[in-house]
Amino acid sequence: MELSITQEVQNYMKNHAEEIYNDECCGFLYGKEEEKRVITLAKEVINSKEGDKRRRFKIDPQDYQQAERFAVENDLDLLGVYHSHPDHPARPSETDLRQAVPFFSYIILSVMKGKTDNITSWQLNENGEFEEEKINILQKQS
Amino acid sequence: MAKIIIPTPLRKFTDRNNSFNTDAQNVKEALTQLTKQYPDLKKHLFDDEDQLRSFIKIYVGDDEINGLDNGSPDLSDDTVVSIVPAIAGGTDDH
Repeated sequence: MELSITQEVQNYMKNHAEEIYNDECCGFLYGKEEEKRVITLAKEVINSKEGDKRRRFKIDPQDYQQAERFAVENDLDLLGVYHSHPDHPARPSETDLRQAVPFFSYIILSVMKGKTDNITSWQLNENGEFEEEKINILQKQS
Repeated sequence: MAKIIIPTPLRKFTDRNNSFNTDAQNVKEALTQLTKQYPDLKKHLFDDEDQLRSFIKIYVGDDEINGLDNGSPDLSDDTVVSIVPAIAGGTDDH
């Protein structure tokens, strides 16, 4: 599995994750699913987890429905979710797996001491297990 | 006919359709019709005991409903039912 993201999307997620550190950030990923999956837009959303947000994130169902509408209105596909793991590796946790839905790409940013250390992406396979997706960064055409 | 809105992650199980029209009388019946039409969808909505999975939320209009057993709301012709995945996660506790 592989997905492409633009440099702008990568920068946006890194800035968001570092700004929110040491809480977990989260957001939606939009783009097009044709021959290949291409993410062209990331959009932050409020981490609605009550209490300590350093280890958990939650997206309000109303925000989710808004994200679906945004995709339709802008002729985009809603393709996944990104979130950060402050001071933890960019690997999906048991909590991530329990809550995961098919089809979506789950991009995880590991933020160590406030700086993004690693970015990975995961998708559920047919057996309901996470499989890592290779991330291809699309450089801006000049 | 009432309409069920299918969220993007589950459309791979509904032949890419983003909605499903139903003449069912209530939400529970509507979801049963939906999963009969698209059997692969069922395990993503319901657990082995036929209960809605904890991360699947059902909205009738703007209102979330709590489970299907008690007060599964009746549907009218213009009712919109939305299936909404509750997106959450986090790091492992150490």
